[in-house]
Order: sequence, then C-alpha cells, then structure tokens
Amino acid sequence: MFAIMEPLFTEIGKYGKLLWWSGISLRDFSTYYDNTIRRMKFIGIQSLPIVLLTGAFMGMVESVQVLYSLQNRAPLYLVGSVVTESIILELGPVLTALILAGRVGASIAAELGTMRVTEQIDALEVMAFNPVAYLVVPVLIAGVIMTPVLTIFADVIGILSGCIISILTVDLSTAEFLKGARRFFVPWDLTYGIIKSAVFGFFIPANAAYVGFFTKGGAEGVGKATTRSVVISSVMILILDYLMAQFLLKAGW
Amino acid sequence: MIQIENICKSFNTHFVLNQLSLMVNQGETLVIIGKSGSGKSVLLKLIIGLLKPETGSILIEGKNIVKAGFRDLQDMRRNFGFVFQSSALFDSMTVSENINLALRKHFKWPEQKICERTTECLNFVNLEGLQEKLPSELSGGMRKRVGVARAIAGYPQYILFDEPTTGLDPETAENINQLILKLKRELEVTSVVVTHDMHSAFTVGDRIALLHKGKIDIEGEPAVIKKSYHPEIKKFLSGYTLLK
Repeated sequence: MFAIMEPLFTEIGKYGKLLWWSGISLRDFSTYYDNTIRRMKFIGIQSLPIVLLTGAFMGMVESVQVLYSLQNRAPLYLVGSVVTESIILELGPVLTALILAGRVGASIAAELGTMRVTEQIDALEVMAFNPVAYLVVPVLIAGVIMTPVLTIFADVIGILSGCIISILTVDLSTAEFLKGARRFFVPWDLTYGIIKSAVFGFFIPANAAYVGFFTKGGAEGVGKATTRSVVISSVMILILDYLMAQFLLKAGW
Repeated sequence: MIQIENICKSFNTHFVLNQLSLMVNQGETLVIIGKSGSGKSVLLKLIIGLLKPETGSILIEGKNIVKAGFRDLQDMRRNFGFVFQSSALFDSMTVSENINLALRKHFKWPEQKICERTTECLNFVNLEGLQEKLPSELSGGMRKRVGVARAIAGYPQYILFDEPTTGLDPETAENINQLILKLKRELEVTSVVVTHDMHSAFTVGDRIALLHKGKIDIEGEPAVIKKSYHPEIKKFLSGYTLLK
C-alpha cells in the first residue's frame, strides 16, 4: 500500500517544501519586488478582458435561467436575490478561478518549465539568486492580491448584466431587481467570496509554479507540466470550493 | 583552490561518480575529459552546489560547499561564473539585462557603473553594440560568448565551463578556446573546463584529467596525456589525430 502511495507522498512533500521555501523567501524583498509588479500586471490587468467577458455572460445566463425557473411560481423580483447571491457566493469566484487556471496557470507552468529544462533556473542559482524568491514568490503574491480584485470585477459585471437582461426580458424594473438583490444579502457573503477567491488565487499559481519548477524532460515535459497545472488547479478549485462552502459558510449562519 | 575528496554521486542506484578525488590549483585551467554520460557535467554541478554528493567533500578555499547552508552557499557562488552548455541565457531578457542581472542584485552600484561594466564584459568577448539584442536574435557562438560575459561580470575567481565548444563550427569553437585563454591571461581566473573536444582540451588546458567509470583515471599536463597508453585516452586521441 505504502509503495503505491509513495510517489504521491513524495509529490506532496516536494510541494510542501516549495511552499515552505516560498514563505522563508518572503524576507528576500529586493529579489521579488520588481517581478511581483510585473506579475500583478500579467495576472490582473491582462486577465481583465476575459474575466469581464466571462462575468457578463455568467450574469446573463444566470438571470435567464432564474427567470425561467421563477415564472408563475414566485415573485419575479427574487431574480435579483438569486442572481446576486449565486454570483457573489459561487459563480464569480469559481469561474474567475477556472479562467485564471487556464490562462495564468498554464502560462506560469510553461514559462518555469521551459526555464527549468533550458537550465535558466540553474543559471539563476549559480548567480547566487534565490530562484524561489525570484520566480515563485511573485506569482503567489500577485495571485493572492489580483484574483479577489478580478473576482469583484466579475461579480459587478455579472450582476449588472443579469439586471439588464432581467429588465429587457420581463417586466421588471431596476428598483425591483435591487430590492431582490438586497433581500437576502449579508456582508459576510461578499467576505466569503473574497476569501474564497484569495485561496484560489494562492493555489493556482502555487500549482503552476510547482509543476513548472520541477519539470523534467524537454519540450514534452513542458507540455505535460502545462496540462498538469491546469488539471490539478481545476480539480483543486472544485474540492476547495466544497470544503470552504462546508466549513466557511457556517461561520455566517 | 578547489579540493574534491572521495565524492560519490548516484542517480536511481546507478553510481555516476564513485570515490572521486581531484584538485584544481589556483590560477590553472583544468580540463576534464570523458565519454558522454560519464558524469563530467554532474561533477561541475557538484562543485557549484547545484547537486549534493552522497559522501565526500568539496572544499573551495577550505570551505566545504557540500555542508554549506543557504546563505554560505550563495556567498560561495558569488566567487563563481558558470558557462552552460546550452548558454542558459534568460530568453525574455536582452543581452545587457542578462549580463547585469547579478550586478544589480549583488553590487549596489549606480546605474552608470552597471552599464559601464556590462559594456566592458561585452567588449571582452568581442560583442560590442549587442546590448539590446534578445538571445533568440543571436547565433550559437554569440550566445556562448554572452554566457561568458555574464559569467565574468561579477569578477569571479573561478569559472566553470560545461562543454564550451560543443555544437559550434571549428572557427567559432577556436574563438571560444582563445577566449578561455584570454580569461586566464588577463583576469587570472581558475577554470574547470568539461569537454570531449580534444583540440579544445589541448589548447586551453594546463592539466587534463580523464573521468572514467566514476573516477579520475589519469591526470597530467597535456604532453603527458598525449603520451598516455590508457585505452580511453587512446580512443580520444585517435579521434583527435584523425581530425587533425
């Protein structure tokens, strides 16, 4: 049994060691400062268009489906409640994270993987650089800061587009939509969504950095690392989503 | 001085280096020859602490790099330059950024001095005016020379060369050989060159050591190696003679 599980334990050990090393490297501020700003632009500003597009369609689809479910069964202003709650609690953080796992995670894994197989990470080490401080810490900090920011943008555009579609589809006013939105809203919902997106924002680059940093085997290895990064992050997002809903949401009950 | 004592290094139970001992004297150029896969590059990576041996010690001016902690290891590495087989230039950075990356980190110099040192290093390798080029815009030989410029930028005492002439045409390879000689002559650095190019070995080496079956089988001055009856040396020399 242990023999079967050994590779998994080894991977977890290496992953933990990389995160531990990243934590220690936080004191090496001068090494990661410039790269952190660059990564924040990449993760935040450059991801904004795709996140806004996803957020807009998420809100539109959600409102159409909720209106379909509510018709002749419940007051239509409840569409505001359901759209707002579902976007803030679930769709905003999760869809933003999945988008980032594909766009940012794949890019980080490919970049670090290529640097590993072309000995660029070794070159950093022999130049007396701390490669974790230079390459990994910036993406972790940028991920934790920028993912919640992007999620807020996705939430706002999602609710806004949901509101517009509701107004255009059925005889509902903006005031009624907002009445519904306020009906079940509690501030903890927003806090929960932001905490959730920060957790996703940590693990997406962490997974990508891990598989990239330990890539082996040339171009094929880089390809596999990129795929692994997206798959691991996507699965992890789903698992963490459930765990946080189960344990974190109870704090708001 | 680099003193390597009884080091063993294995990968997946296969011993690459087995009780290997070797001495690199101050100011000399030691060439390590050996077949592909004999562990030459592994030995270089052990010297600079990129890999750890299972047993043995590697003393750099008396300090054991094998037992060095993270900070000590970084301090010791600042005395080294490393020229990679693949050049390992940072492909997202320009030539000058590649060269001055470590200068910016380790020397608190004003911008003008960093630029001057970058230009000085590029001039040393005869690549004036290429500061703003990307590595992808350079030929293999140019990349190798930028690798040398990057390696010497921080005034190292030791330079390690991993297959410096592999994959280069004879003329470019000869330029690299002359560059290694120039480094010794003008900067008085201690160099370890790993190669299986015998012409390069005889051109740049003060001493040559044969790495065979995980150990240094024979070492000596080029004249001694040329007269050796060691079967591996004879194989290398027959190829060299044919080429000549």
